[in-house]
Amino acid sequence: MTEIPVKGKTYHFSDAVKAAGGIDTSWCYQCGKCAGGCPLVHEMDLTPAQLIHGIQLGLTDLVATSRTYWMCASCQTCTTRCPQHVDVAGVMAAVKIVMENEEHPPLVPEVQAFNFSFLENIKLFGRTYEPGVVAMFKLRTREFTRDLGMGVEMIKKGKFNLLPRFTGAWSVRKIFMRAGRREKR
Amino acid sequence: MKKNRYAYYPGCSLHATAAEYDRSLTAVCRRMDIELVEIEKWVCCGSTAAHTKSRLLAEALPMASLARMEAMGIEEVIVPCPECFSKLKTAQHHVARDRKTRKSVADIIQTQCYEEARIYHPLKIFSEDPLLSQIPSLVTQDLSGLKIACYYGCLITRPPEIAGFDNCEAPESMDRVLKAAGLRTVDWNHKTRCCGSSFAVSKPEIVKDLSGQVLDDARSAGADAIAVGCPVCHVNLDTRQPEGFDMPVFYFSQLMGASFGMSPTDLLLHRHYTEANTWLERFLQSGYITHLQ
Repeated sequence: MTEIPVKGKTYHFSDAVKAAGGIDTSWCYQCGKCAGGCPLVHEMDLTPAQLIHGIQLGLTDLVATSRTYWMCASCQTCTTRCPQHVDVAGVMAAVKIVMENEEHPPLVPEVQAFNFSFLENIKLFGRTYEPGVVAMFKLRTREFTRDLGMGVEMIKKGKFNLLPRFTGAWSVRKIFMRAGRREKR
Repeated sequence: MKKNRYAYYPGCSLHATAAEYDRSLTAVCRRMDIELVEIEKWVCCGSTAAHTKSRLLAEALPMASLARMEAMGIEEVIVPCPECFSKLKTAQHHVARDRKTRKSVADIIQTQCYEEARIYHPLKIFSEDPLLSQIPSLVTQDLSGLKIACYYGCLITRPPEIAGFDNCEAPESMDRVLKAAGLRTVDWNHKTRCCGSSFAVSKPEIVKDLSGQVLDDARSAGADAIAVGCPVCHVNLDTRQPEGFDMPVFYFSQLMGASFGMSPTDLLLHRHYTEANTWLERFLQSGYITHLQ
């Protein structure tokens, strides 16, 4: 059984996932129903069931180098259908947290860049400021021209609020600070 | 307290890209004699990102907005965005079941957790009596020539123990509401298939693929247009259509508004990416669908 350090302590891998997401993966008996219903399984290298098997066996490297958990759209089909009531979509999010704490480089950096941009944005504005998320994402990924035409068209239709507002910004920043402090403990 | 008084948590999208959902929903509610009181200084629910960073953060953000609602003295809240709806309900679910989490979250938001709040998607209250039986009496415009594919997406009904209404594999609530408003709906397979959600920015090719499947199925089931109840589904289906596909995508509240006699401009249909304004206007004038171009 591979052991990895998380927040300075040593856990088994499945315990680290449990600590991050509160989900006990040992209930999974590998029926594969999650893989059968997943709309994005063709984009993954391991099926969700295989990824969970990897977690159960403590195969940290196998899981760390997988695209699977980055390609999850959290549509909750797997969680809904799991006969053992394992929150499979929650496992994907929990693995992201564990791998980020471990500082493993993400296999699908765009997805992580989007999540970072989104969180930085609400930390700053309190509510999502959509042009800000897109701008921050483009700065991170350096893909400035993608979907540019569509963006311009949407600005013309008045879809975006061009100016940000700061309602609730201060209280959100305090929530981020206090949650961060608690997670570190 | 008046019976039909609800708190209202619009969420970030309804104040920006989905302003038409906000406008049409509040207009429809006014016609149905429902008073919506927006929660003061509500904050973002954390959406698709917070729970991939920290579990506590994903629970504290929704609970902070619910705590503000408690201060207003209203117990029931309407949350039209399924992403917010799901995050609010998930946080409440976790906090109610785990004392340790409840204590940590209360420390983070520096007030008590409001576990008793009742959180509804508008489709839940519209699709049940007394409101459902009230809808036909408000219809002034005959839209029975339109065949609509009701698209529920992921989070309105999933996972069932969180969402707590309708059938998670074959939902019917939107069909019931639109039928009551005098429209026809089609049976189809992709009612709850994912549209690609937040990959819209990070992986557009995936959204094109998944939304394309939804659109294709709607067309082959004989639908003239799609109705949605989610700002993300709307953006994805509306903006990622193949060249020449031209299937208008409406919020269910816009279609209700149209059958209640509101004009396409009032419902902000001109903000859609795929032409919907002229499409509906032509239908209202002629009584049948003319394809553009």
